[in-house]
Amino acid sequence: MGLLGMADAIDKGDTAWVLVSAALVMLMTPGLAFFYGGLVRKKNVLSILMQCFIILCLVSIQWVTFGYSLAFGPDKGGLIGGLDWAFLRGVGAAPNADYAPGVPHQAFMIYQAMFAVITPALILGALAERMKFSAFCAFSLLWATLVYDPVAHWVWGAGGFLRGWGALDFAGGTVVHVNAGMAALAVALALGPRLGYPHQMSPPHNLPFAVLGAGLLWFGWFGFNAGSALGSGGLAASAFVATHVAAAAAGVTWAVLDTVFNRAPTALGMITGVVAGLVAITPASGFVGLGGALAIGIGAAALPYFAVAFLKSRLGYDDTLDAFGVHGVGGLWGSLATGLFASKAVNPAGTDGLFCGGGLKLLGVQAATTGIVVLFAFAASWILLLLVKHTVGLRVSEHEERVGLDLTQHREAGYTLVD
Amino acid sequence: MKLVIAVIQPDRLTEALERLEKNEIHLVTVSHVLGRGRQRGVSAVYRGHKEAGSLLKKVRLEIAVNDAYVRPTVEAITAGARTGQIGDGKIFILDLEECIRIRTGETGGVAIG
Repeated sequence: MGLLGMADAIDKGDTAWVLVSAALVMLMTPGLAFFYGGLVRKKNVLSILMQCFIILCLVSIQWVTFGYSLAFGPDKGGLIGGLDWAFLRGVGAAPNADYAPGVPHQAFMIYQAMFAVITPALILGALAERMKFSAFCAFSLLWATLVYDPVAHWVWGAGGFLRGWGALDFAGGTVVHVNAGMAALAVALALGPRLGYPHQMSPPHNLPFAVLGAGLLWFGWFGFNAGSALGSGGLAASAFVATHVAAAAAGVTWAVLDTVFNRAPTALGMITGVVAGLVAITPASGFVGLGGALAIGIGAAALPYFAVAFLKSRLGYDDTLDAFGVHGVGGLWGSLATGLFASKAVNPAGTDGLFCGGGLKLLGVQAATTGIVVLFAFAASWILLLLVKHTVGLRVSEHEERVGLDLTQHREAGYTLVD
Repeated sequence: MKLVIAVIQPDRLTEALERLEKNEIHLVTVSHVLGRGRQRGVSAVYRGHKEAGSLLKKVRLEIAVNDAYVRPTVEAITAGARTGQIGDGKIFILDLEECIRIRTGETGGVAIG
């Protein structure tokens, strides 16, 4: 009887969409591997692919053993989930009404696992080409546990204190992108620039890889955003459309800016714009209509463009693949823009933003929430980096950096000269 | 025996090879190289940052010939590779001390052909 009751509560369409979305989001991490992998030098391509895949493995294990429980388990003081759901105790086929009624609790858990995986993977854009593999693994696991899991709890967990404030983050603008973006800035500063930066840097070794990766990211992002509706109805469709429109608008905007400032639209610029658009629409995707999506997309190209083309060289930090410039800056814009363009007409569960008659209240909440995540993510990442620095050490030796991480960290080469 | 080394525009390779073939010079080694000369490079821009000290892609031909074939070789390469623009490349001719065919052990002028 109990089993039958459970089965009745499960919506098959919703469950199918959430499981497909989980698979879509999973593909984003390999997509990111190619996006980042194409942008580094030949001698470091495998190190990037390896870092993405090891995170996919390590964080997945962390998630099912205790990470999911820390993020979504029964609340402790609004700050963290308890360990009641460690090893998925009690996380089974029956839906959890707090998160996703109509969907097996395990489906929600594995969907969220893919977010927990890709978030630390985003950071590696800032540490590429110079970090020890052991230090990378240690930092990523610590970060997933002590930064990602708490922030996910604050914003998304039942009882999380930021959720209580009424902050809107549909698919992870603060939890994923601002969080990872600030960690990226911390890691770029803690590691210091690569040898020869910025004057003796080689160009990306394989831009077609990067374009392929961006395509996979765009595809997977439909699971990321539209999947965050946690059901297969109208809200999923609306988030899907907003996501696509923002990505397209940002790609075109970047190409225009490139043409104005560099006399030609570049492929790398276009795909960077697309990714920035996807980042920025993430928190807003379930709350904004067409106009909001277009505006967020245009801003998502303009702000990161100036961050990576002008701010970075002005300030001199070596955010190798612009993880902060794209995810941090794009995420900040998206989180704040949610306070401008969110509309209850699109999603009654949301709040009206400034341009939809809601006044400044939501914008204030978004700014406060984002500010807290900015400070916490940067400070906590900095402390974890210090910890790793004084135990394992962060950087490879100068010689190893010159030879490349593929040979020195993994004892293999991405490309061979002879057959 | 001479060693002819030519550095030419990559898109002129097919034409140069065809003309060499017509002049009965069949043996050639081709490699991709980077370099710079008087031709101004088109500097690439990545996310708003100009690539520093960009080198241009060229193709390098190495041809070992007997003295009688030096002239037809140079003529074929020149005719095939010339566009009249800066950056068409250069031809270097060096004395070649010895040549050995690995399969048979033959040496000198016989081995080159």
